[in-house]
Parts: sequence; structure tokens; C-alpha cells
Amino acid sequence: ADIISTVEFNHSGELLATGDKGGRVVIFQQEQENKTQSHSRGEYNVYSTFQSHEPEFDYLKSLEIEEKINKIRWLPQKNAAQFLLSTNDKTIKLWKISERDKRPEGYNLKEEDGRYRDPTTVTTLRVPVFRPMDLMVEASPRRIFANAHTYHINSISINSDYETYLSADDLRINLWHLEITDRSFNIVDIKPANMEELTEVITAAEFHPNSCNTFVYSSSKGTIRLCDMRASALCDRHSKLFEEPEDPSNRSFFSEIISSISDVKFSHSGRYMMTRDYLSVKIWDLNMENRPVETYQVHEYLRSKLCSLYENDCIFDKFECCWNGSDRQVYIVMTGSYNNFFRMFDRNTKRDITLEASRENNKPRTVLKPRKVCASGKRKKDEISVDSLDFNKKILHTAWHPKENIIAVATTNNLYIFQDKMN
Amino acid sequence: MFVRGLKRKCFDGEEDIEGTLAGIKAIPSYNLQRQSLLDMSLVKLQLCHMLVEPNLCRSVLIANTVRQIQEEMTQDGTWQMINTQSTGQASVDRLVSTDILCRSSREQAEGKHVPGYSTFSKDFEGDQAQDSSETMSTASSVQAPRNLQSNVWEMENPQENKGNFQKSLDQIFETLENKTPNSVEDLFSEVDNSYYDLDTMLTGMMSNTKMGHCDGLESFSSPTTTTSSSNCKSDLNELDHIVEILVES
Repeated sequence: ADIISTVEFNHSGELLATGDKGGRVVIFQQEQENKTQSHSRGEYNVYSTFQSHEPEFDYLKSLEIEEKINKIRWLPQKNAAQFLLSTNDKTIKLWKISERDKRPEGYNLKEEDGRYRDPTTVTTLRVPVFRPMDLMVEASPRRIFANAHTYHINSISINSDYETYLSADDLRINLWHLEITDRSFNIVDIKPANMEELTEVITAAEFHPNSCNTFVYSSSKGTIRLCDMRASALCDRHSKLFEEPEDPSNRSFFSEIISSISDVKFSHSGRYMMTRDYLSVKIWDLNMENRPVETYQVHEYLRSKLCSLYENDCIFDKFECCWNGSDRQVYIVMTGSYNNFFRMFDRNTKRDITLEASRENNKPRTVLKPRKVCASGKRKKDEISVDSLDFNKKILHTAWHPKENIIAVATTNNLYIFQDKMN
Repeated sequence: MFVRGLKRKCFDGEEDIEGTLAGIKAIPSYNLQRQSLLDMSLVKLQLCHMLVEPNLCRSVLIANTVRQIQEEMTQDGTWQMINTQSTGQASVDRLVSTDILCRSSREQAEGKHVPGYSTFSKDFEGDQAQDSSETMSTASSVQAPRNLQSNVWEMENPQENKGNFQKSLDQIFETLENKTPNSVEDLFSEVDNSYYDLDTMLTGMMSNTKMGHCDGLESFSSPTTTTSSSNCKSDLNELDHIVEILVES
């Protein structure tokens, strides 16, 4: 139940939300920067914890609906309160997180502990006043968007108009208005009339960061479709289809499985998008459909192990990827791997690094040591051989602070927060 | 990590060793590996978590892999060979052992047994005989799965259908459609203790399934599966249609 299933910074980076398999959301808040300790940025401490989703039972199908939080997306802040969308397989909820640091005191008819006073004992009247109290953070569900998905929801994405959002399951994508819970528009439907003909599912979807009429969705066959909602109500025909032709020399029975895209993320400018498949990260230019502009190998040494990874189901692991914060000069992408390793690729310098998120191997406040996996042949000192990798220790979820070089990395049960070394 | 009851034959690292041997020995090895991959895939498709809806993406990817192997085997003509070779029998036996474990409650009700490749190959023989040119054979091999699927649905009425693997494929999607709990919980994954917190109705079954027996499941089959298979598909489609209406309203 403590398995972390999603990690997301809010728009300012001050808050970091995690969702877990038990349906809980834990929000961390960054401390205000300490003026005396200019060496480090504020630490993240627990700010709020609440139960977002409960396990349910679908009596019609005799199946359990997991409470696991699949995705969390923050809304931009409009007032004192914070809002986020969290979703499990079937239901999306809009949560309001608000602070309370004052409370009224001095009621005429109530004692301080809430008991009612005998009216006959009241001899004078007073005006209640607000007095400061210990900070209390409350989370309350404001909207529940239910009963719109037959299949499992894998993505939610808030539109740049900040009024609508999309939710995607294996076969359909729905468009919602944040204020309206009893209606949603179906904008993509790839369910075949005959389910026996099903060969492709939707794996991820996202709205364009600037164009509120544009969104993309990725598939299990390694394609990405860009759709324009102005073209038609049901976006069954894509405006663009991004697909890289298969490399015939690498063809195997597992080619299709490893081409399945597990995550798609637009760059901050909206000019590029990044996709993650089992072995690589690809950067696409929205203006070029026939191949990606860059490809980064995450763990190419696994290519010869695909059969074992198919046997133990690891080949179906869905890794996410993320861009660095919106720094105009620097473009780094980050994604996770096995053995609690995670990788970063610098698009400008073409350098990459492998780091490890583990308590045993890294003391707090020490610089992380780069790791190297030895694919074959003689293992050098400090290298780790492929066969000794722990495939149960996988990093599927990572997040990058929108403005600073702070990253959140989730191992199976733990959340690690790293920042770059400040001089 | 290892699939119980299945001889572990993988492509990993063995290719180098096999490559150095005589060419004749390398080819059957590839066939064996391919066969074992096929068996593994079928086992994966059948072993779904009965409490939670199976992951559709995973099922579709595995099913596509199975189709791919099937197509290649058809092109090779090895599909027929399997019938006659003794190794074919061995693989059928292997399939039997997993099949007994993973038999659907419907199959048990109708008293079906070992999936036989004999009925399967009949369709291929028919297709193969017609073709002379290469382009034709390619077209027909692509079509063969289609024909098989429709054949399977027709064949399900007569007793001759022994539940070949194509039927398994369709069963899977049927399963996905109506989500009947007709499969054993994954033998190889640990039992998630959170299940014990659910309905008391299911707790008794959990201890059974951990042993790997289907007995507990027989009593648990949902009403929709007890109808005969000929009506089943239309009923299922109707049910799915009704569910969709309920869900989307």
C-alpha cells in the first residue's frame, strides 16, 4: 500500500504531491529559504496527507476497482487554496487543499470546547474574534468525475485554458469541464466493433502546453497521434502521426512490446515532445512526423535479456520521463531504470549520467556518484554487471522542479529529493 | 522468476552458443525457443488476476506476440510439423499441464480436454494447398488468423472443437469483455495481502488459489458463463452494450 505510483510538482514548485497504491496522497512543502543557510534550498516536509480514493467493488463485473492513484495533476493557483486532480482506474477527483491558521474564539452560546452554554447563564455579550492557531491543512473533494471510463484511466491532462481537461483510458479519451461532473465529451474512441480485432491501445495522452485545441496520444504500437479538436467533435482521424520506421536489424518477437510508448510529455515551449518506450527516450519535433530528432538509450544492455524480462513481466513496466525546469538555455531529460538507477540526458552537450537512489550507497548531503553498468566482458571496478541488477528495484516515476534544479525520484517505497550542488 | 512446470528455454545468451554449432542443429533450437515463447505467452494470457481486471495493454501486447509467432509458424510450415513430431507431443503435454491448472469453468462444464492441434492444422492445410505463388501464400497466412477466428466461433458448437490456442486468444478478449473470473490467480506472483481485507466471500478462495487449484473457482463462476457457448458471444456483446449504456448515461 505504500508503493508510490505518481509524483508531481505544482506550478511553483513549492509543493510536491505523491500518490500511492493505497489511494493516499501525500503533499510535501518546501521550507522557506533560510537566509543564514544559503548553501541549500528549503527542504521538503510533509504538508498534508489524505485518502483520495478508496477500493471499490464493481458488482456488475464482479471485479475490484483498485484505489491506486495513477496520476496527479496540479491546477495553477488562482487564490489562497491549491487544487489538484487525482485519478485511479475509474474515477477522477478534484481536491481543494486549503490552510487554516486562525480560529474564532469568544462565542456567546458555546464554550471553547464546543459544548453549548446554558443561555440563562449568559449575562454579557461579546463579539467573537479570530485568534491565531496552529496551521491546519485541510483537503476536501470538490468534484468527483465518475462513470465515464469503461477501461483503466492511464492519463489526465489539464488544458492550457485551465477550464477543461482530458482523461484517457486504454481505448477512449474524454474531455471534461472542471465545473461539470455529470457530462463529458468523448473525443477519441479506438475501440473496434469486434473486440477480437483489438491490437492497439492508448497508453498516454497530453494537451499541448499552449494550444488549447491540440493534444497527443501515444499507443502500444509505438505511434503518437496529434489531434486538433477544431477539426471534428470525434478526433478519430489524426492531424499528424508520428512513427519511426522499424529497424530491421533489431527485429525480434519483442519488437512491438518494447516499442510500446509508456509516457509522452511536451516540452515547455510546445515545439518538441518526448516519448519513453522500454529501452529508449525519443525527442520529436512536432514539425517532423517520420522520425524523432534525438534518441537516447536508457539501458541498451537489456536488449539481449528481453526474453527473461518478458518471462518475469518486467518488459511491461511503464517508465515515465520528464523535462527539466523551464530554463531557456538548458535541456535535460530524465527517466528511471532498474536497480534504483535513474538517467539524465543533456540535449545540448549530449552527455548522459546514471545515478542511484538508495540510502545504503549515498549518505545525505553527499554528491551522488555516477554509476555504470557493464554490459559484457570484464567488469571494471565500481561497475555493476547486468546480471546483478535488481529488477525489483525500479524507478518508474520522477519529477523535476519547474524552476530550480531539484528533482524528486520515487523508488518502490521511498521518495528521494535531490538538488544540484550549490557553491 | 521461473515459470513453474515450463522448461526454461530462452533466447538470452544462447544464440551465441547455438551459432557455433552446425546449421542443422541451430534451426530446431530456434523452433523450440519459439515454441516455448508461444507456450509462455499463452500461460501469461490465461493467468490473470481474477479479482482485478487484467491489464488490457499487457494482454493486447501478449496476444499480438502470439499472433506473430503463429503467423511465422504458418509461413514456415512448421505448424503442421508440430503435429507429427514427438517434440510436438511434448509441447502439447506441457500445455496440458498448464491447461488443467488454468481451465475456464465453462470448459470444465462442457467437459473439454486437451487442446488438440489436429483441428487447427486442418484449416491451415486447406489454405496452404490452394496457394502456389508467394504473394498468395503471404496473403493467406495473414488471412489465416482471421479465418481461424471465425472458424473457431463456428466450431465451438460441435464437440470436435477441443479448445485450441486460437480459441484461447478469443477467450482472452471475451474474458476482457465480460471479466469472468475464470482464471487462476497468477501462480508466480506473491499473494497481495491487501486482498484479505476484501469481501469475506473471497477469503476462503484465496487460500485455495494459492495452492494452484481451480476447485475453488468452479463454484465462483458468474451466471453469464453458464449459458452455452453459441449464445454466449451474442449475450456478451449485449451485456457489454448494456454496460456501456449504463456507464455512459
